[in-house]
Amino acid sequence: MDRIPILKLGDALLVTIQVDMHDRLAAALEEDLTERIAATGAKGVLIDISSLGIVDSFIGRMLDTVAAVSRMLGADTVVVGMRPAVAITLVELGLELKGVRTALNVERGMALIGRWLEDGDGDERDGPAAGDANDGDGG
Amino acid sequence: MATGDDAARGTAVLAIGSSDDVVRVRQEVRSRAVAAGLGIVDQTKIVTAASELARNTLIHGGGGTVRVESVSQGVRRGVRLTFEDHGPGIPDINQALKDGFTTGGGLGLGLGGSKRLSNEFEIDSAPGRGTRVTIARWK
Repeated sequence: MDRIPILKLGDALLVTIQVDMHDRLAAALEEDLTERIAATGAKGVLIDISSLGIVDSFIGRMLDTVAAVSRMLGADTVVVGMRPAVAITLVELGLELKGVRTALNVERGMALIGRWLEDGDGDERDGPAAGDANDGDGG
Repeated sequence: MATGDDAARGTAVLAIGSSDDVVRVRQEVRSRAVAAGLGIVDQTKIVTAASELARNTLIHGGGGTVRVESVSQGVRRGVRLTFEDHGPGIPDINQALKDGFTTGGGLGLGLGGSKRLSNEFEIDSAPGRGTRVTIARWK
């Protein structure tokens, strides 16, 4: 079965979703990612969804779950690269991914993770919807 | 852009029996939406709605079909989708349309969300008879 590659960069894990995800692949990513967090002690997870033409409720729920489980394992998640049309559609669908930090692109996402790592433990993780990082919903 | 070939493009009927089929439905709907001249936001909305409804057909209906039609009304062009299953049906459609109502362990955004993402929405269902949902998105 296909797997989505997970790269380690310092204390962060990087995931770039480049395929139209079917449901089993999304479920596998959830498992693989949490295992890698536990194995590596990563403190931050960046998920790049810029290749995704849509995010439906299944994928949205997967992102929410990954963020919640990662947090319990001591890692904060930022989702980057959401296309403007996807953001518009998600809000209309009623799925605002309130439990997930977002940033416009990989660069800003990595900067955010860098700040979390500098802070040691992020107080920021208590307020995922607050702060200046939720700038991925343009359009 | 090719024009005048609506009749030739006609109708496609796709089976929905696995999560891979849900991906295929998304791809077919995307290419129809592009061919109909829908903008990127409208494309994203109809493909997302199709993904939600295809998953409903799979999970709640026990599988079924979708008919994908390229439609035109005068100079207006669009895409119409008819999802059909012979599953248990929906006893209370109004309740099923409410956000947060779910029997399948999902987020319960599928039906109501798809309705919001479409220009036309029609549902016909009764216990024991199965469910038919028709949506359309126009340019």
